[in-house]
Amino acid sequence: MYVAVKGGERAIANSHLLVSEARRGDPAIPELTLAQIEKQLRLAVDRVMTEGSVYDRELAALAIKQAAGDAVEAIFLLRAYRATLPRFGYTEPVDTLSMQLRRRISATFKDLPGGQVLGPTYDYTQRLLDFSLAADGAAVAKPEINTAMAENESSSVMALLGHEELIEPQPISAGDPEPNDITRTPLTFPTSRAERLQNLARGDEGYLLAMAYSTQRGYANNHPFAGEIRFGTVEVEMIPEELGFPIVVGELELTECQMVNQFTGSKTKPPQFTRGYGVAFGHSERKAMAMSLVDRALRAEELGEAVVAPAQMQEFVLSHADNLEASGFVQHLKLPHYVDFQSELELVRKMRQVQADQVGAAS
Amino acid sequence: MYDSAGTDIARREWLGLLAQAPLDMLEAWGKDRQEEYVWLRRPESGLAMVRARIGATGDRFNVGEMTVTRCTLRLANGRHGVAYVQGRSTRHAELAALADALLQEPTIRETLDRQLLQPLRARIAAKRAAIHQDAHLTKVDFFTVSRGDE
Repeated sequence: MYVAVKGGERAIANSHLLVSEARRGDPAIPELTLAQIEKQLRLAVDRVMTEGSVYDRELAALAIKQAAGDAVEAIFLLRAYRATLPRFGYTEPVDTLSMQLRRRISATFKDLPGGQVLGPTYDYTQRLLDFSLAADGAAVAKPEINTAMAENESSSVMALLGHEELIEPQPISAGDPEPNDITRTPLTFPTSRAERLQNLARGDEGYLLAMAYSTQRGYANNHPFAGEIRFGTVEVEMIPEELGFPIVVGELELTECQMVNQFTGSKTKPPQFTRGYGVAFGHSERKAMAMSLVDRALRAEELGEAVVAPAQMQEFVLSHADNLEASGFVQHLKLPHYVDFQSELELVRKMRQVQADQVGAAS
Repeated sequence: MYDSAGTDIARREWLGLLAQAPLDMLEAWGKDRQEEYVWLRRPESGLAMVRARIGATGDRFNVGEMTVTRCTLRLANGRHGVAYVQGRSTRHAELAALADALLQEPTIRETLDRQLLQPLRARIAAKRAAIHQDAHLTKVDFFTVSRGDE
Protein backbone atom coordinates (compact mmCIF):
# COMPACT_ATOMS: atom_id res chain seq x y z
CA MET A 1 0.00 0.00 0.00
CA TYR A 2 1.15 3.52 -0.66
CA VAL A 3 -0.34 6.81 0.49
CA ALA A 4 -0.68 10.08 -1.31
CA VAL A 5 2.03 12.57 -0.45
CA LYS A 6 1.99 16.24 -1.18
CA GLY A 7 4.84 18.33 -2.39
CA GLY A 8 7.36 17.97 -5.17
CA GLU A 9 5.29 19.80 -7.81
CA ARG A 10 8.18 22.01 -8.80
CA ALA A 11 10.58 19.06 -8.96
CA ILE A 12 8.11 17.10 -11.10
CA ALA A 13 7.57 19.99 -13.49
CA ASN A 14 11.32 20.40 -13.89
CA SER A 15 11.71 16.65 -14.36
CA HIS A 16 9.34 16.94 -17.34
CA LEU A 17 11.65 19.59 -18.77
CA LEU A 18 14.66 17.36 -18.28
CA VAL A 19 13.04 14.36 -19.91
CA SER A 20 12.12 16.51 -22.91
CA GLU A 21 15.66 17.78 -23.13
CA ALA A 22 17.10 14.29 -22.80
CA ARG A 23 14.73 12.98 -25.47
CA ARG A 24 15.75 15.69 -27.91
CA GLY A 25 19.45 15.29 -27.21
CA ASP A 26 21.95 17.61 -28.82
CA PRO A 27 19.92 20.28 -30.66
CA ALA A 28 22.76 20.60 -33.18
CA ILE A 29 21.73 17.16 -34.48
CA PRO A 30 18.62 17.13 -36.72
CA GLU A 31 15.43 16.01 -35.00
CA LEU A 32 13.87 12.65 -35.93
CA THR A 33 10.69 12.91 -37.98
CA LEU A 34 7.76 10.52 -37.57
CA ALA A 35 8.20 9.52 -41.21
CA GLN A 36 11.81 8.55 -40.54
CA ILE A 37 10.78 6.39 -37.60
CA GLU A 38 7.91 4.86 -39.54
CA LYS A 39 10.01 4.03 -42.59
CA GLN A 40 13.42 3.31 -41.10
CA LEU A 41 12.52 1.69 -37.77
CA ARG A 42 9.65 -0.34 -39.20
CA LEU A 43 10.17 -3.37 -36.99
CA ALA A 44 10.07 -1.22 -33.84
CA VAL A 45 6.85 0.31 -35.18
CA ASP A 46 5.44 -3.16 -35.81
CA ARG A 47 6.19 -4.29 -32.28
CA VAL A 48 4.63 -1.21 -30.71
CA MET A 49 1.50 -1.63 -32.86
CA THR A 50 1.23 -5.33 -32.01
CA GLU A 51 1.61 -5.02 -28.25
CA GLY A 52 0.03 -1.58 -28.09
CA SER A 53 -2.80 -3.41 -29.85
CA VAL A 54 -3.57 -0.57 -32.28
CA TYR A 55 -2.66 -0.76 -35.96
CA ASP A 56 -1.65 2.80 -36.81
CA ARG A 57 1.90 3.28 -38.05
CA GLU A 58 1.99 7.02 -37.45
CA LEU A 59 0.71 6.77 -33.86
CA ALA A 60 3.24 4.03 -33.12
CA ALA A 61 6.04 6.18 -34.56
CA LEU A 62 4.95 9.09 -32.40
CA ALA A 63 4.88 6.86 -29.33
CA ILE A 64 8.40 5.61 -30.09
CA LYS A 65 9.67 9.16 -30.48
CA GLN A 66 8.00 10.33 -27.28
CA ALA A 67 9.32 7.31 -25.37
CA ALA A 68 12.85 7.92 -26.70
CA GLY A 69 12.82 4.43 -28.21
CA ASP A 70 11.68 2.54 -25.09
CA ALA A 71 9.33 -0.03 -26.65
CA VAL A 72 7.38 -0.83 -23.47
CA GLU A 73 6.88 2.85 -22.66
CA ALA A 74 5.74 3.46 -26.25
CA ILE A 75 3.28 0.56 -25.95
CA PHE A 76 1.94 2.17 -22.75
CA LEU A 77 1.46 5.50 -24.58
CA LEU A 78 -0.39 3.81 -27.45
CA ARG A 79 -2.67 1.88 -25.11
CA ALA A 80 -3.44 5.07 -23.17
CA TYR A 81 -4.35 6.88 -26.40
CA ARG A 82 -6.47 3.92 -27.47
CA ALA A 83 -8.57 4.34 -24.34
CA THR A 84 -9.63 7.82 -25.52
CA LEU A 85 -11.10 6.60 -28.83
CA PRO A 86 -14.63 5.30 -29.44
CA ARG A 87 -15.08 1.75 -30.73
CA PHE A 88 -16.89 1.52 -34.08
CA GLY A 89 -17.25 -2.25 -34.04
CA TYR A 90 -15.49 -5.36 -35.26
CA THR A 91 -14.00 -6.09 -38.64
CA GLU A 92 -14.84 -9.12 -40.68
CA PRO A 93 -12.23 -11.81 -40.03
CA VAL A 94 -9.21 -11.09 -42.24
CA ASP A 95 -8.53 -13.79 -44.80
CA THR A 96 -4.87 -14.64 -44.37
CA LEU A 97 -5.18 -17.32 -47.07
CA SER A 98 -5.61 -14.54 -49.62
CA MET A 99 -2.74 -12.50 -48.21
CA GLN A 100 -0.55 -10.84 -50.79
CA LEU A 101 2.70 -12.47 -49.82
CA ARG A 102 5.95 -10.66 -49.30
CA ARG A 103 7.47 -13.64 -47.58
CA ARG A 104 6.34 -17.22 -47.11
CA ILE A 105 8.43 -20.13 -45.98
CA SER A 106 7.80 -23.64 -44.78
CA ALA A 107 10.24 -25.78 -42.84
CA THR A 108 8.13 -28.88 -43.48
CA PHE A 109 7.57 -28.86 -47.23
CA LYS A 110 10.28 -27.91 -49.69
CA ASP A 111 8.06 -27.78 -52.75
CA LEU A 112 5.04 -25.94 -51.52
CA PRO A 113 2.64 -24.39 -54.03
CA GLY A 114 3.95 -20.97 -54.97
CA GLY A 115 7.40 -21.82 -53.67
CA GLN A 116 9.51 -20.63 -50.80
CA VAL A 117 9.69 -16.85 -50.87
CA LEU A 118 12.31 -15.38 -48.57
CA GLY A 119 11.30 -11.73 -48.79
CA PRO A 120 13.05 -9.12 -46.63
CA THR A 121 14.58 -11.25 -43.90
CA TYR A 122 17.62 -11.02 -41.65
CA ASP A 123 17.75 -14.83 -41.54
CA TYR A 124 20.55 -15.17 -44.09
CA THR A 125 22.56 -12.14 -43.08
CA GLN A 126 25.84 -12.81 -41.33
CA ARG A 127 25.14 -10.53 -38.40
CA LEU A 128 28.35 -8.65 -39.00
CA LEU A 129 28.06 -4.95 -38.27
CA ASP A 130 27.75 -3.15 -41.57
CA PHE A 131 29.86 -0.02 -41.25
CA SER A 132 28.68 1.25 -44.62
CA LEU A 133 25.42 2.12 -42.79
CA ALA A 134 27.39 4.55 -40.65
CA ALA A 135 27.64 6.72 -43.75
CA ASP A 136 24.66 7.97 -45.75
CA GLY A 137 23.26 5.03 -47.65
CA ALA A 138 22.32 5.05 -51.30
CA ALA A 139 19.12 3.46 -52.57
CA VAL A 140 19.31 -0.29 -53.17
CA ALA A 141 19.50 -1.32 -56.82
CA LYS A 142 17.42 -4.45 -57.38
CA PRO A 143 17.73 -6.70 -60.41
CA GLU A 144 14.96 -6.22 -62.96
CA ILE A 145 12.79 -9.17 -63.74
CA ASN A 146 9.54 -9.62 -65.52
CA THR A 147 7.05 -11.93 -63.96
CA ALA A 148 3.46 -12.44 -64.81
CA MET A 149 1.14 -12.26 -61.84
CA ALA A 150 0.28 -15.85 -61.05
CA GLU A 151 -3.02 -16.67 -59.47
CA ASN A 152 -3.51 -18.51 -56.22
CA GLU A 153 0.11 -18.71 -55.20
CA SER A 154 -0.74 -18.35 -51.57
CA SER A 155 -2.67 -21.54 -50.86
CA SER A 156 -1.91 -22.82 -47.42
CA VAL A 157 0.67 -25.46 -46.57
CA MET A 158 -1.79 -26.74 -43.98
CA ALA A 159 -4.05 -27.93 -46.79
CA LEU A 160 -1.35 -30.22 -48.19
CA LEU A 161 -1.76 -32.89 -45.55
CA GLY A 162 -5.18 -31.78 -44.50
CA HIS A 163 -7.10 -34.08 -46.80
CA GLU A 164 -5.58 -37.11 -45.08
CA GLU A 165 -6.21 -35.52 -41.69
CA LEU A 166 -2.57 -36.15 -40.86
CA ILE A 167 -2.66 -32.56 -39.70
CA GLU A 168 -5.49 -31.60 -37.44
CA PRO A 169 -8.12 -29.68 -39.43
CA GLN A 170 -9.19 -26.25 -38.22
CA PRO A 171 -12.87 -25.88 -39.12
CA ILE A 172 -15.33 -23.22 -38.03
CA SER A 173 -17.45 -24.40 -35.09
CA ALA A 174 -21.21 -24.65 -35.49
CA GLY A 175 -22.70 -21.18 -35.73
CA ASP A 176 -19.31 -19.44 -36.07
CA PRO A 177 -19.36 -18.38 -32.39
CA GLU A 178 -18.77 -14.75 -31.44
CA PRO A 179 -15.48 -14.60 -29.50
CA ASN A 180 -15.39 -12.90 -26.13
CA ASP A 181 -13.43 -9.64 -26.33
CA ILE A 182 -11.03 -9.59 -23.38
CA THR A 183 -10.72 -5.81 -23.62
CA ARG A 184 -14.42 -5.70 -22.68
CA THR A 185 -14.92 -8.76 -20.51
CA PRO A 186 -11.83 -9.74 -18.49
CA LEU A 187 -10.51 -13.29 -18.64
CA THR A 188 -11.94 -15.98 -16.41
CA PHE A 189 -10.33 -19.39 -16.20
CA PRO A 190 -10.44 -21.81 -17.91
CA THR A 191 -10.26 -19.74 -21.09
CA SER A 192 -11.34 -20.35 -24.66
CA ARG A 193 -8.65 -20.61 -27.32
CA ALA A 194 -9.98 -17.41 -28.94
CA GLU A 195 -9.52 -15.53 -25.65
CA ARG A 196 -6.03 -16.93 -25.22
CA LEU A 197 -5.01 -15.88 -28.73
CA GLN A 198 -6.26 -12.35 -28.11
CA ASN A 199 -4.24 -12.22 -24.90
CA LEU A 200 -1.11 -13.62 -26.57
CA ALA A 201 -1.46 -11.32 -29.60
CA ARG A 202 -0.96 -8.28 -27.34
CA GLY A 203 1.43 -10.09 -24.99
CA ASP A 204 5.04 -9.10 -24.47
CA GLU A 205 7.33 -10.51 -27.14
CA GLY A 206 10.23 -11.18 -24.80
CA TYR A 207 8.00 -12.98 -22.34
CA LEU A 208 6.36 -15.13 -25.00
CA LEU A 209 9.76 -15.88 -26.51
CA ALA A 210 11.00 -17.17 -23.15
CA MET A 211 7.83 -19.21 -22.63
CA ALA A 212 8.12 -20.68 -26.13
CA TYR A 213 11.80 -21.45 -25.57
CA SER A 214 10.96 -23.26 -22.34
CA THR A 215 8.68 -25.65 -24.27
CA GLN A 216 11.53 -26.47 -26.65
CA ARG A 217 13.90 -27.16 -23.77
CA GLY A 218 11.56 -29.75 -22.33
CA TYR A 219 9.16 -27.82 -20.11
CA ALA A 220 6.15 -29.22 -21.99
CA ASN A 221 6.38 -32.00 -24.43
CA ASN A 222 5.95 -30.84 -27.98
CA HIS A 223 8.16 -31.27 -30.96
CA PRO A 224 7.42 -28.34 -33.24
CA PHE A 225 7.96 -27.66 -36.93
CA ALA A 226 7.40 -24.30 -38.59
CA GLY A 227 4.71 -25.53 -40.98
CA GLU A 228 4.29 -22.15 -42.55
CA ILE A 229 5.29 -18.56 -41.86
CA ARG A 230 3.89 -15.82 -44.03
CA PHE A 231 4.20 -12.05 -44.06
CA GLY A 232 2.27 -9.77 -46.38
CA THR A 233 -0.76 -7.57 -46.75
CA VAL A 234 -4.42 -8.37 -46.27
CA GLU A 235 -7.43 -6.22 -46.98
CA VAL A 236 -9.66 -5.60 -44.01
CA GLU A 237 -13.42 -5.29 -44.29
CA MET A 238 -16.11 -3.90 -42.02
CA ILE A 239 -19.88 -3.85 -42.28
CA PRO A 240 -20.83 -0.22 -41.54
CA GLU A 241 -24.19 0.11 -39.83
CA GLU A 242 -25.22 2.66 -42.47
CA LEU A 243 -24.65 0.20 -45.31
CA GLY A 244 -25.26 -3.32 -44.05
CA PHE A 245 -22.73 -4.87 -46.44
CA PRO A 246 -18.97 -5.35 -46.07
CA ILE A 247 -16.58 -2.79 -47.53
CA VAL A 248 -12.80 -2.64 -47.56
CA VAL A 249 -11.68 0.01 -45.07
CA GLY A 250 -7.94 -0.45 -45.56
CA GLU A 251 -5.15 -2.96 -45.54
CA LEU A 252 -2.89 -4.40 -42.88
CA GLU A 253 0.52 -5.97 -42.91
CA LEU A 254 0.39 -9.18 -40.91
CA THR A 255 2.72 -12.01 -39.96
CA GLU A 256 1.20 -15.43 -39.48
CA CYS A 257 2.74 -18.65 -38.16
CA GLN A 258 1.27 -22.13 -38.39
CA MET A 259 3.28 -24.34 -36.08
CA VAL A 260 2.90 -28.10 -36.46
CA ASN A 261 3.46 -30.44 -33.52
CA GLN A 262 3.70 -34.17 -33.07
CA PHE A 263 0.76 -35.69 -31.26
CA THR A 264 0.52 -39.33 -30.32
CA GLY A 265 -3.23 -39.32 -30.16
CA SER A 266 -5.72 -39.79 -27.38
CA LYS A 267 -8.81 -41.89 -26.66
CA THR A 268 -10.84 -39.76 -29.04
CA LYS A 269 -8.23 -38.60 -31.56
CA PRO A 270 -5.95 -40.62 -33.85
CA PRO A 271 -2.23 -39.86 -33.95
CA GLN A 272 -1.80 -36.74 -36.05
CA PHE A 273 0.00 -33.45 -36.14
CA THR A 274 -1.64 -30.76 -34.04
CA ARG A 275 -1.30 -27.06 -34.58
CA GLY A 276 -0.41 -23.86 -32.80
CA TYR A 277 -1.28 -20.49 -34.29
CA GLY A 278 0.29 -17.09 -34.09
CA VAL A 279 -0.48 -13.78 -35.77
CA ALA A 280 0.92 -10.29 -35.27
CA PHE A 281 0.68 -6.85 -36.84
CA GLY A 282 3.43 -5.91 -39.29
CA HIS A 283 6.52 -8.02 -39.77
CA SER A 284 6.81 -9.64 -36.36
CA GLU A 285 8.08 -13.12 -37.00
CA ARG A 286 9.69 -13.89 -33.67
CA LYS A 287 6.48 -12.83 -31.95
CA ALA A 288 4.20 -14.86 -34.23
CA MET A 289 6.38 -17.98 -33.85
CA ALA A 290 6.59 -17.67 -30.06
CA MET A 291 2.84 -17.10 -29.91
CA SER A 292 2.12 -20.24 -31.91
CA LEU A 293 4.31 -22.38 -29.65
CA VAL A 294 2.66 -21.01 -26.52
CA ASP A 295 -0.80 -21.40 -28.07
CA ARG A 296 -0.05 -25.07 -28.68
CA ALA A 297 1.33 -25.58 -25.17
CA LEU A 298 -1.81 -23.99 -23.68
CA ARG A 299 -3.96 -26.53 -25.50
CA ALA A 300 -2.64 -29.27 -23.20
CA GLU A 301 -5.90 -29.75 -21.33
CA GLU A 302 -7.98 -29.75 -24.49
CA LEU A 303 -5.76 -32.47 -25.99
CA GLY A 304 -5.63 -34.56 -22.84
CA GLU A 305 -1.98 -33.89 -22.05
CA ALA A 306 -0.64 -33.64 -18.51
CA VAL A 307 -0.20 -30.02 -17.44
CA VAL A 308 3.27 -30.11 -15.91
CA ALA A 309 5.16 -27.09 -17.24
CA PRO A 310 4.69 -23.34 -16.79
CA ALA A 311 3.97 -22.75 -20.50
CA GLN A 312 0.96 -25.11 -20.27
CA MET A 313 -0.59 -23.28 -17.31
CA GLN A 314 -3.24 -20.91 -18.58
CA GLU A 315 -3.48 -18.81 -15.47
CA PHE A 316 0.28 -18.44 -15.16
CA VAL A 317 0.96 -17.65 -18.82
CA LEU A 318 -1.98 -15.38 -19.55
CA SER A 319 -1.92 -13.42 -16.30
CA HIS A 320 1.68 -12.35 -16.82
CA ALA A 321 1.82 -11.79 -20.58
CA ASP A 322 0.82 -8.13 -20.67
CA ASN A 323 3.84 -5.85 -20.34
CA LEU A 324 1.68 -2.86 -19.46
CA GLU A 325 0.33 -4.61 -16.38
CA ALA A 326 3.67 -6.22 -15.52
CA SER A 327 5.65 -3.02 -15.94
CA GLY A 328 3.07 -1.07 -13.97
CA PHE A 329 3.12 -3.41 -11.01
CA VAL A 330 6.88 -3.77 -10.89
CA GLN A 331 7.47 -0.05 -11.36
CA HIS A 332 4.86 1.04 -8.84
CA LEU A 333 7.46 0.05 -6.26
CA LYS A 334 9.10 3.38 -7.06
CA LEU A 335 6.12 5.25 -5.63
CA PRO A 336 6.31 6.46 -2.03
CA HIS A 337 5.79 3.64 0.46
CA TYR A 338 6.95 5.77 3.40
CA VAL A 339 4.18 4.85 5.85
CA ASP A 340 4.28 1.18 4.92
CA PHE A 341 7.99 1.07 5.37
CA GLN A 342 7.82 2.99 8.66
CA SER A 343 5.49 0.40 10.16
CA GLU A 344 7.68 -2.46 8.92
CA LEU A 345 10.67 -0.71 10.44
CA GLU A 346 8.92 -0.53 13.81
CA LEU A 347 8.08 -4.21 13.58
CA VAL A 348 11.67 -5.23 12.84
CA ARG A 349 12.89 -3.08 15.77
CA LYS A 350 10.46 -4.80 18.11
CA MET A 351 11.47 -8.26 16.91
CA ARG A 352 15.13 -7.44 17.43
CA GLN A 353 14.38 -6.16 20.94
CA VAL A 354 12.52 -9.36 21.79
CA GLN A 355 15.42 -11.44 20.49
CA ALA A 356 17.97 -9.34 22.39
CA ASP A 357 15.91 -9.67 25.61
CA GLN A 358 15.74 -13.46 25.20
CA VAL A 359 19.51 -13.71 24.66
CA GLY A 360 20.10 -11.46 27.67
CA ALA A 361 17.75 -13.51 29.88
CA ALA A 362 19.42 -16.80 28.85
CA SER A 363 22.96 -15.71 29.65
CA MET B 1 -25.28 -4.66 -60.53
CA TYR B 2 -26.24 -6.41 -57.37
CA ASP B 3 -24.92 -9.64 -55.93
CA SER B 4 -27.03 -12.44 -54.48
CA ALA B 5 -27.22 -10.67 -51.13
CA GLY B 6 -28.57 -7.54 -52.83
CA THR B 7 -25.35 -5.60 -52.39
CA ASP B 8 -24.51 -2.92 -54.92
CA ILE B 9 -21.28 -4.40 -56.30
CA ALA B 10 -20.06 -1.20 -57.95
CA ARG B 11 -20.59 0.84 -54.81
CA ARG B 12 -18.85 -1.77 -52.72
CA GLU B 13 -15.85 -1.58 -55.02
CA TRP B 14 -15.58 2.21 -55.08
CA LEU B 15 -15.96 2.47 -51.30
CA GLY B 16 -12.97 0.13 -51.00
CA LEU B 17 -10.95 2.13 -53.52
CA LEU B 18 -11.76 5.40 -51.77
CA ALA B 19 -10.81 3.96 -48.38
CA GLN B 20 -7.38 2.99 -49.70
CA ALA B 21 -6.83 6.22 -51.64
CA PRO B 22 -3.89 8.40 -50.63
CA LEU B 23 -5.09 11.76 -49.38
CA ASP B 24 -3.20 13.77 -52.00
CA MET B 25 -5.04 11.97 -54.83
CA LEU B 26 -8.41 12.65 -53.21
CA GLU B 27 -7.42 16.22 -52.47
CA ALA B 28 -6.34 16.83 -56.06
CA TRP B 29 -9.77 15.65 -57.16
CA GLY B 30 -11.85 17.28 -54.46
CA LYS B 31 -10.28 20.62 -53.63
CA ASP B 32 -12.24 22.63 -56.18
CA ARG B 33 -15.56 20.85 -55.95
CA GLN B 34 -18.49 23.12 -55.21
CA GLU B 35 -21.17 20.68 -54.02
CA GLU B 36 -22.90 21.59 -50.80
CA TYR B 37 -23.76 18.98 -48.24
CA VAL B 38 -24.90 18.61 -44.67
CA TRP B 39 -23.43 16.24 -42.14
CA LEU B 40 -25.54 13.34 -40.94
CA ARG B 41 -22.50 12.19 -39.00
CA ARG B 42 -19.52 14.50 -38.69
CA PRO B 43 -16.11 12.93 -39.32
CA GLU B 44 -14.91 11.12 -36.22
CA SER B 45 -11.92 8.87 -35.57
CA GLY B 46 -12.21 5.68 -33.59
CA LEU B 47 -11.25 2.04 -33.47
CA ALA B 48 -12.32 -1.19 -35.10
CA MET B 49 -11.32 -4.47 -33.51
CA VAL B 50 -9.58 -6.56 -36.16
CA ARG B 51 -10.59 -10.18 -36.25
CA ALA B 52 -8.85 -13.22 -37.69
CA ARG B 53 -9.59 -16.93 -37.69
CA ILE B 54 -7.80 -19.51 -35.53
CA GLY B 55 -5.37 -21.34 -37.79
CA ALA B 56 -6.58 -19.12 -40.68
CA THR B 57 -9.70 -21.26 -41.22
CA GLY B 58 -11.24 -21.80 -37.76
CA ASP B 59 -13.23 -19.76 -35.27
CA ARG B 60 -12.94 -16.01 -35.03
CA PHE B 61 -10.73 -14.27 -32.49
CA ASN B 62 -9.73 -10.66 -31.81
CA VAL B 63 -6.21 -9.69 -32.88
CA GLY B 64 -6.08 -6.01 -31.92
CA GLU B 65 -7.58 -2.73 -33.00
CA MET B 66 -6.98 -0.39 -35.94
CA THR B 67 -7.79 3.29 -36.31
CA VAL B 68 -10.75 4.11 -38.55
CA THR B 69 -12.39 7.43 -39.43
CA ARG B 70 -15.99 7.63 -40.55
CA CYS B 71 -18.62 10.14 -41.59
CA THR B 72 -21.95 10.40 -43.42
CA LEU B 73 -23.12 13.37 -45.46
CA ARG B 74 -26.16 14.29 -47.55
CA LEU B 75 -26.04 16.19 -50.81
CA ALA B 76 -28.68 18.78 -51.72
CA ASN B 77 -30.21 16.17 -54.07
CA GLY B 78 -30.74 13.84 -51.13
CA ARG B 79 -28.02 11.27 -51.89
CA HIS B 80 -26.09 9.99 -48.88
CA GLY B 81 -22.34 9.53 -48.92
CA VAL B 82 -20.68 7.22 -46.41
CA ALA B 83 -17.02 6.73 -45.57
CA TYR B 84 -15.18 4.27 -43.33
CA VAL B 85 -11.48 4.72 -43.93
CA GLN B 86 -8.37 3.41 -42.20
CA GLY B 87 -6.41 5.95 -40.16
CA ARG B 88 -7.26 9.24 -38.50
CA SER B 89 -7.67 11.66 -41.40
CA THR B 90 -11.05 13.39 -41.15
CA ARG B 91 -10.37 15.06 -44.52
CA HIS B 92 -9.87 11.63 -46.13
CA ALA B 93 -13.24 10.48 -44.77
CA GLU B 94 -14.95 13.68 -45.90
CA LEU B 95 -13.66 13.48 -49.47
CA ALA B 96 -14.39 9.75 -49.67
CA ALA B 97 -17.98 10.30 -48.50
CA LEU B 98 -18.44 13.13 -50.99
CA ALA B 99 -17.16 10.93 -53.80
CA ASP B 100 -19.47 8.11 -52.66
CA ALA B 101 -22.50 10.40 -52.82
CA LEU B 102 -21.56 11.75 -56.25
CA LEU B 103 -20.77 8.32 -57.69
CA GLN B 104 -24.36 7.27 -56.98
CA GLU B 105 -25.47 9.86 -59.54
CA PRO B 106 -25.73 7.86 -62.80
CA THR B 107 -25.24 10.93 -65.00
CA ILE B 108 -21.76 11.71 -63.70
CA ARG B 109 -20.57 8.31 -62.60
CA GLU B 110 -18.66 7.55 -65.77
CA THR B 111 -16.75 10.82 -65.61
CA LEU B 112 -15.92 10.34 -61.95
CA ASP B 113 -14.87 6.78 -62.56
CA ARG B 114 -12.38 8.00 -65.15
CA GLN B 115 -11.13 10.95 -63.12
CA LEU B 116 -10.92 9.37 -59.71
CA LEU B 117 -11.43 5.62 -59.61
CA GLN B 118 -9.27 4.59 -62.57
CA PRO B 119 -6.11 6.15 -61.13
CA LEU B 120 -6.89 4.49 -57.80
CA ARG B 121 -7.31 1.09 -59.43
CA ALA B 122 -4.07 1.61 -61.36
CA ARG B 123 -2.24 2.60 -58.20
CA ILE B 124 -3.34 -0.52 -56.32
CA ALA B 125 -2.47 -2.72 -59.28
CA ALA B 126 1.00 -1.14 -59.51
CA LYS B 127 1.55 -1.62 -55.80
CA ARG B 128 0.55 -5.26 -56.00
CA ALA B 129 2.76 -5.83 -59.02
CA ALA B 130 5.73 -4.29 -57.21
CA ILE B 131 5.23 -6.52 -54.17
CA HIS B 132 4.86 -9.51 -56.46
CA GLN B 133 8.10 -8.63 -58.25
CA ASP B 134 9.97 -8.31 -54.98
CA ALA B 135 8.61 -11.61 -53.76
CA HIS B 136 9.64 -13.27 -57.00
CA LEU B 137 13.19 -11.98 -56.62
CA THR B 138 13.57 -14.03 -53.46
CA LYS B 139 11.79 -17.16 -54.59
CA VAL B 140 14.02 -20.16 -53.91
CA ASP B 141 15.02 -22.39 -56.81
CA PHE B 142 15.98 -25.73 -55.36
CA PHE B 143 18.26 -27.92 -57.36
CA THR B 144 19.09 -31.49 -56.56
CA VAL B 145 22.46 -33.13 -56.77
CA SER B 146 22.74 -36.50 -58.47
CA ARG B 147 23.83 -39.19 -56.05
CA GLY B 148 25.33 -41.64 -58.51
CA ASP B 149 23.50 -44.73 -59.71
CA GLU B 150 20.75 -44.98 -57.10
